[in-house]
Amino acid sequence: MQLFSIEYISLVVGFLILLIGIWGILTRKNILKMVIGFSLFDTGTHIIIVALGYVRNKTAPILNQPDLQTDTAHKIVDPVPQALVLTAIVIGLGVTALMLVYAMKLHNEKKTLNIQNYKDLKW
Amino acid sequence: MLRNSLILLVLLGFAAAIFPLLHSYEAKDALTGVAEHYANYGKEEVGAANLVSAVVVTYRGFDTLGEVTILFLASAVIGLFLKASETYTKDSRSVFFKSTEILVTASRLLVPMILLLGVYIFINGHLTPGGGFQGGAVIASAFALLLLSRPQKHFSHKVISVVESISGISFVFIGLLGVLLAGGFLDNHILAMGKFGTLLSAGAIPIIYILIGLKVGSELTGIVRNLKESQKEG
Repeated sequence: MQLFSIEYISLVVGFLILLIGIWGILTRKNILKMVIGFSLFDTGTHIIIVALGYVRNKTAPILNQPDLQTDTAHKIVDPVPQALVLTAIVIGLGVTALMLVYAMKLHNEKKTLNIQNYKDLKW
Repeated sequence: MLRNSLILLVLLGFAAAIFPLLHSYEAKDALTGVAEHYANYGKEEVGAANLVSAVVVTYRGFDTLGEVTILFLASAVIGLFLKASETYTKDSRSVFFKSTEILVTASRLLVPMILLLGVYIFINGHLTPGGGFQGGAVIASAFALLLLSRPQKHFSHKVISVVESISGISFVFIGLLGVLLAGGFLDNHILAMGKFGTLLSAGAIPIIYILIGLKVGSELTGIVRNLKESQKEG
């Protein structure tokens, strides 16, 4: 375990962003800030997934140079996590947009974004 | 106090759950498993220089179809949410401020270029970093700029939904053609593979990416348009 290698730094940064996101979801009162927390949670997960697909000292999985086209498996990083993150980004965007529109509708109804004023489903 | 300690407990629990992964993580020195196969045979099997595109469109093309569906569902539900209570009349005033000369002129210059960049990104998705989703998002950003600079301008919802539906149906149709003409659903061998690394290569991937780009672009534009239309004073 090398502490200051690029994969380790990105992994730690990803975990920190993920934890900040959870903290934001749990502690903030403003619905918009909670949505931002969700986005941070998303982003942290994406960074972690890409970091896990890193292979030491290898290059991006794009074979535009002739020397990459032979013996490819020993020259590139893992393309699968990157493809999965591509999927995850799009779905995260859709979910975020839905949450924001929902927040907008809530604000239209009650003119407030403070989550503590919404007690309808509290028991 | 109890609340704060509970939150702290949840955070610590999460940290404890992910710590083993962090602690025992070692970067790999070589690819293994399915990634190795993709790297070694992707060039012959799919013919796309961008291996991420090969995975997204061909090896995991079915996932991408689901992804496009999720985005469509999100945009449809947003349209429903914003439409259901639209009690505004036709001539209700927009809440947008009148935009300045600088913004209008700049948007006139920039919008065609941004559109061109978006098209470039999704046409070259099999060669360079990028692809249908990224290009579509860039195109939608051009329309967002247009909506901000000219709030009075009305976008036809019909054109947006026609482009969206046609590209979605064609995507599924090309997937089904793969079953008939090639190895399976969304197989890209229905067209000639072409020379590796040129624009006309990788079989159906450029076409699928163009369709995805159009679909994502029109969906995101539809979301932006719906948001704008709902921002009116009754």
